[in-house]
Amino acid sequence: MPVQLIHQRFRSFITQLGEISQLLMESIGSFRHQRPSWKDFLYQLQFIGVKSQSVVITTGAATGMVLCAQTFLQFHKVKMDTATGAVVSIGMSSELGPVLAALMLTGRVGASMTAELGTMKVTEQIDALRTLAAHPVDTLVVPRFLALLASAPLLTAESVVVGIVSSWWVGVNLLGIDSAYYLVNMTRYTDPPDVLTGLIKSLVFGAIIAVVSCYKGLTCQGGAEGVGKATTEAVVVASISILIINFFLTLFLSRLFYS
Amino acid sequence: MIEVRDVTKSFGTQQVLRGVSLDIRRGEAVVIIGRSGGGKSILLKHLIGLLQPDSGVVRVDGEDITAMNERSLLRVRRKYGMLFQMAALFDSLTVDENVGFVLRRQGLESETEIRRRIDEALDMVELPGIGNKMPSELSGGMRKRVGLARAIVYRPEIVLYDEPTTGLDPIAADNIDRLIRRVWETLHVTSIAVTHDMKSARTISNRILMLHEGQIYSEGPTSEILESRDPVIYRFVNGISTPQKSE
Ligand SMILES: Nc1ncnc2c1ncn2[C@@H]1O[C@H](COP(=O)(O)OP(=O)(O)O)[C@@H](O)[C@H]1O
Ligand SMILES: [Mg+2]
Repeated sequence: MPVQLIHQRFRSFITQLGEISQLLMESIGSFRHQRPSWKDFLYQLQFIGVKSQSVVITTGAATGMVLCAQTFLQFHKVKMDTATGAVVSIGMSSELGPVLAALMLTGRVGASMTAELGTMKVTEQIDALRTLAAHPVDTLVVPRFLALLASAPLLTAESVVVGIVSSWWVGVNLLGIDSAYYLVNMTRYTDPPDVLTGLIKSLVFGAIIAVVSCYKGLTCQGGAEGVGKATTEAVVVASISILIINFFLTLFLSRLFYS
Repeated sequence: MIEVRDVTKSFGTQQVLRGVSLDIRRGEAVVIIGRSGGGKSILLKHLIGLLQPDSGVVRVDGEDITAMNERSLLRVRRKYGMLFQMAALFDSLTVDENVGFVLRRQGLESETEIRRRIDEALDMVELPGIGNKMPSELSGGMRKRVGLARAIVYRPEIVLYDEPTTGLDPIAADNIDRLIRRVWETLHVTSIAVTHDMKSARTISNRILMLHEGQIYSEGPTSEILESRDPVIYRFVNGISTPQKSE
């Protein structure tokens, strides 16, 4: 019995992976059939990009501050106070910034996309769209996908900048690090590849959030309960994928930039 | 115009359609009757390619639509308009935007022409001047009429209705029946409805098919089916339940 169950789980996992990849390919291929609608794109950009700023800024600031304090407390023991800024800035721009911003976006944007498309699915609005000769990928997925691709890097950059500035403020005003050394060490050790790594990651994460959330919404089954389940699954699957893929991206991009 | 041959469809272990075959000719007004949960909606969705059968063939004007992908199906679906059971209006769009959805997406006509056609469709369903309302502000009957306007505004050849009168009060139901009849008469469409409402079936059809246990059990002109002495049909038409062990 357990073997059968594992087999079944594994098969459904592989099937979903296949279908999600297919949705990704279809979204990319959609441009050949239909130019994306500006109106829908801008609407999504407003919802995803503009309105997510408060969440992302708060996350960035909190992370920058706490990272600064922790690093300082350890580095202080070996008299490396001024290296704190470098650690914070590299950590924020290449790892914590993109990952935390992506996780926040998953919760704020991914969940609502799944709930919206899922509700449309269970109330037959998706079927209605299809009878009106509109492809759901062209009309629903592509604007969301593009809006996330456009906003994820910008939001990540915003989060990183806010994080670094707030860490500097904490370091200089609360922990007594010398401002000039803090900044000099920070800029000396932070290289363009660190920043680039973060931005590339954020693009990938944006794509993951869009495709997974739309997939879970479009394949939602059953009534209100189904929508709830799909939303939870979308958040879980997207978050876990982001964390796993982040590890491999770190390995891959560091090879690419530093060898 | 539509040919269905030996279509089967299962969900998990439950076989809903067990070899359905039927023919629908151009200009007919057909009603498919059958019990709730009997697979009527599923069958209707096969006619327009919203669902694909496990086996069997659906041909529309001689074209096999079961072998098509979603993009090719979009072209075939231009022949169809469909009214969904709960109307399925886009709840983020106004009535106007719902009705004009296809026209605006195609972008073939000027905005004034689109406006004119939206108004014409809303007039046809007797709802002039509600274009700026949101679907959530409308009653169930009004929503269905807007759904009908959305389905006919681009002049389809075939209109599908999924339980057009279910959930409406008798007056609203009669209103919808009259509209379906009028759409069939004035727009010369092929009209296909599924329902378990016999009064509605009488009004809107000239031929009835009965779906029973996943197959077409019987078919014939409306009056013939309604007066049939066959026990299965008779019990359904007159609403007589049989004692069952499971109930
Ligand atoms: N997506 C689905 N997944 C699983 N079962 C389904 C699905 N859609 C419909 N069914 C089942 O198929 C049967 C027929 O459904 P339906 O065609 O909606 O009946 P009705 O004749 O009332 O329209 C029902 O028992 C329903 O539970
Ligand atoms: Mg039904």
